[in-house]
Amino acid sequence: MTSAVYTIWLRNWKRYIRSKSRMIGSLVQPLLFFLSLGFGLGSAVSSGGDYMKFIAPGVIAMSVLFTSVFSGIQIIWDKQFGFLKETLVAPISRIKIMIGQTLGGATSALIQGFFMLIFTFLISGLSINLGIFIAILFMILIGLAFTSMGLAIASRMEDMQGFQLITNFVVMPIFFLSGALYPITNLPAVLKDIVYLDPLTYGVEGMRYGLLGTSTINPILSLLVIGGFTVIMISLGGYLFNKTKV
Amino acid sequence: MEKKKEMIKVKNLVKKFGDFTAVNGINFEVEEGEIFGLLGPNGAGKTTTLSMLATLLEITTGEAYVNDFDVATKRDEVRKSIGIVFQDPTLDDELTAYENLDFHGRLYGVPLAEREKKIAELLKLVELESKKNLLVKNFSGGMKRRLEIARSLLHEPKVLFLDEPTLGLDPQTRNKLWEYIKNLNKKKGVTVILTTHYMEEADSLCNRIAIIDHGNIIISGSPDDLRDQIGGDVITVETEDGVKLEKVIKGCKGCKSVKHHDGSVTINVDNASKKISEIVELVNHNKIKATSFVMHKPSLEDVFLHYTGKTIREEESSPIEHMRLRRRMWHGGGK
Ligand SMILES: Nc1ncnc2c1ncn2[C@@H]1O[C@H](COP(=O)(O)OP(=O)(O)O)[C@@H](O)[C@H]1O
Ligand SMILES: [Mg+2]
Repeated sequence: MTSAVYTIWLRNWKRYIRSKSRMIGSLVQPLLFFLSLGFGLGSAVSSGGDYMKFIAPGVIAMSVLFTSVFSGIQIIWDKQFGFLKETLVAPISRIKIMIGQTLGGATSALIQGFFMLIFTFLISGLSINLGIFIAILFMILIGLAFTSMGLAIASRMEDMQGFQLITNFVVMPIFFLSGALYPITNLPAVLKDIVYLDPLTYGVEGMRYGLLGTSTINPILSLLVIGGFTVIMISLGGYLFNKTKV
Repeated sequence: MEKKKEMIKVKNLVKKFGDFTAVNGINFEVEEGEIFGLLGPNGAGKTTTLSMLATLLEITTGEAYVNDFDVATKRDEVRKSIGIVFQDPTLDDELTAYENLDFHGRLYGVPLAEREKKIAELLKLVELESKKNLLVKNFSGGMKRRLEIARSLLHEPKVLFLDEPTLGLDPQTRNKLWEYIKNLNKKKGVTVILTTHYMEEADSLCNRIAIIDHGNIIISGSPDDLRDQIGGDVITVETEDGVKLEKVIKGCKGCKSVKHHDGSVTINVDNASKKISEIVELVNHNKIKATSFVMHKPSLEDVFLHYTGKTIREEESSPIEHMRLRRRMWHGGGK
């Protein structure tokens, strides 16, 4: 029963811990953002140290977002290299395969997020308190939602050709249009509307509440929105994966 | 002799992709303990047939039963009854041989103790014990295929599906694999259904074969029966002027059939040694340039030629199939 889910998860886990270069590679980008924006932009604004702390949740969310979307999209490789057939011909339901994949992707995304969390704490001198558990809850939701989104996209793709397109036109906008790197209070009206439509905004705001103790959006609202988004994405991923053919 | 259980039953099976009919109402049965082969050129519909039997592709019309379970409605039971080695590799390259087998065992709910025992036994059977902790990406094509065969047997299936088991392997590895398959069938009594476009493979491995072409089963029986149906001997004349020779031979008494195909003319006669001189005579008399005359007993190639008017190789050289093969190579298995 549940052992099928665990089996799929275990395989994802093994692949994750073996791909050291990918592990490090996907930390480099958020770390670069953190350091260059934190020290660069931070020095231009009056309270520089505060800006670093402000974007800390943003860059953690970034590493979770990227890792999870790409873990979901991984199944394209399984399609291309045939491994998906081995899984789909086994006497288990597709929904279990999908759950295993989602949990696997979310696990690696969460660990990448933890690494970023440690870096940001060390560099920006954030203080550790119980709010960290709130941040972790939001990280889990972001991981689950965006792994499912990756799976949903991958279920509709034939090969890796659309990969770059998805990075440029889906993942990047989701990141830059969330309030990860800038405060959302004083934005121009049009941009503000878009930012409020971006589900990641609520994930980042929730994490910000956990880590800094303050946020622009009420954390309960953040939780409801990102939670709802997670449910929708898991359903969509499940639905589309169920229809995928090998 | 008592009648054995039919492990696979296929009735008027049809598969359409849009307007295109890939499998066109085929019928066959596979008995328990048999090695049954679907022999046909690329694009004949072999993989499509196996995919339907393996519950991976929906049936358009018709019925199929595996181990008495309806393929359309008893998917999980069918899946538990079969082990399958697909045409293209389906291993996880980033895992070791052991981990690939372990993954399979877990998915099929084989308990830990039994799983470990079976994995050790199967790795030994396919002579990969020493490679068990090696990542599969370092394996050769033959090793991968052996590992896949081992994996397909891990949950003790009743029927083994092998889709072009030796495609792309060198002759030595191929022979070795044939031995494994025969051995498995004999020792474990597992029923085997395989597809191939290699005549020798069908001939050396299968108790019974069905020749499939353009989605239709043209004829089925044991390799010997099929050859006997052609009967007599075969004379193959290699010539650039096949059209003319075909015409000339049509007038020859005692030549049962004559077929012209890629640079050769194949003539079926009752007794080649008696007929050969007459044929050489005819060739010379009509000033036809012939490079060689070969006499032999009918082979499966001749059976195929007899029923389809073409050799398997010719069927495969159509441009569409070439494109399809290329696509498959680039995209690793296509849809
Ligand atoms: N998913 C598909 N969509 C459309 N046509 C297909 C599909 N799969 C196979 N075909 C076509 O069906 C025919 C039979 O294919 P296949 O069963 O793979 O042949 P074989 O295994 O005998 O080489 C081919 O002409 C192939 O192009
Ligand atoms: Mg095939």
